[in-house]
Amino acid sequence: MKAAPFAYAKPRALAEALDLAARPDAKILAGGQSLIPSLNMRLSSPALLVDINALGELKGISLERGVVRIGALATHAEIEKSQIIQEHLPLFAAAVRHIAHPAIRNRGTIGGSLALADPAAEYPACVLAMEGVIFARSSAGQRQIRASDFFKGLFETDLKPGELLAAVEITAQLKDERSAFLELARRQGDYATVGLAAFATNGTKRLAYFGAADRPVLAQNAAKAKDLDSAKAALAKDLQPPADLYHSSATKLHLAQVLLERAWNTL
Amino acid sequence: MEHAVEATLTVNGTEVRRRIEPRQHLVDFLREELGLTGSHLGCEHGVCGACTVRVNGEIVRGCLMLAVQADGCKVDTIEGLSDSGELAKLQLAFHKRNALQCGFCTPAMLLAARDLQLRNPRASREEIREHLSGNYCRCTGYQSIVDAIEEVLHGQG
Repeated sequence: MKAAPFAYAKPRALAEALDLAARPDAKILAGGQSLIPSLNMRLSSPALLVDINALGELKGISLERGVVRIGALATHAEIEKSQIIQEHLPLFAAAVRHIAHPAIRNRGTIGGSLALADPAAEYPACVLAMEGVIFARSSAGQRQIRASDFFKGLFETDLKPGELLAAVEITAQLKDERSAFLELARRQGDYATVGLAAFATNGTKRLAYFGAADRPVLAQNAAKAKDLDSAKAALAKDLQPPADLYHSSATKLHLAQVLLERAWNTL
Repeated sequence: MEHAVEATLTVNGTEVRRRIEPRQHLVDFLREELGLTGSHLGCEHGVCGACTVRVNGEIVRGCLMLAVQADGCKVDTIEGLSDSGELAKLQLAFHKRNALQCGFCTPAMLLAARDLQLRNPRASREEIREHLSGNYCRCTGYQSIVDAIEEVLHGQG
């Protein structure tokens, strides 16, 4: 199908973008890899698209005082190639290879993925596992939102109308910390049937599952378990995955346990 | 054309300047405004990969990029890359190996294969499959496509 008509603006300054984005019926266009399909299918028909791709301050990946800052416009391909990500956020480096396909990774952005909050997407779970902080800008100023407060439900986040996701900051992984990223999908690059972004620090585990609920979720009971068997049993208390077209809830829970088993010894 | 925006693109080396409706995606623009019908439109929501084109040297889904977003960009399509000879070895190998039947997916397959050849010229069969995972073919079962690309990458082409 073809998208319904809309107006298009490509502001050169953040202040202008925030003004435009605050208009009713305006939508922000970043990589467009989820928004444009929904326009083409007329699931979404905004009056105005605000293309933020000219805003340099939303770009780039940097490391400062042990914290990695990823600009909202960093594409999956840039994250894939980034030396900083490979060295300091191996969880993200592992995750990005599961995101769609090369042609999509060349345009899709981390900001778009986080702001959309697809429950089967990779980055939201990674940011949750590593307790990242999301920076939202609006004409009123800047707000920081912890990952655990950011994802509110199915395609729902804490972003308010008129707010723009500007960046995400994640503390770099230290030498004695461990992470693991595992995903099951029917085909390379498909959305996850179920996936696990896991992070271990100081004997504490954070197990963020995706594709297992209406948002990324931390399996808190399983994370506290002393051994693998009790962790797998505890996972049933943490997750009640919704069935999809191909997998029942019980199958998804079983697959989540399989991923836990695969990750356990590396954490 | 109430929302039309003026944009300048360099398509296959030729500069084109047009007023473009924002809702028109890049492949519709190439096909309908410029008559470049080698880039195909299958699913129109980013799944099939038949619309793959190259923008500023990177392959993208032509149905998931607005034509106005290509303002100031260098766009290469199957027509340009075929005429320049850049795809000649791959095209020959596809022909030799029967790597196409109906041909609908072929222009995009060639662009994805060429992208792999430029980025990872020693790619394994597994990596070839991974790189093509976003391009559907409903005729060949992929085996002969992977064979053809492998032949070119491994220098027998």
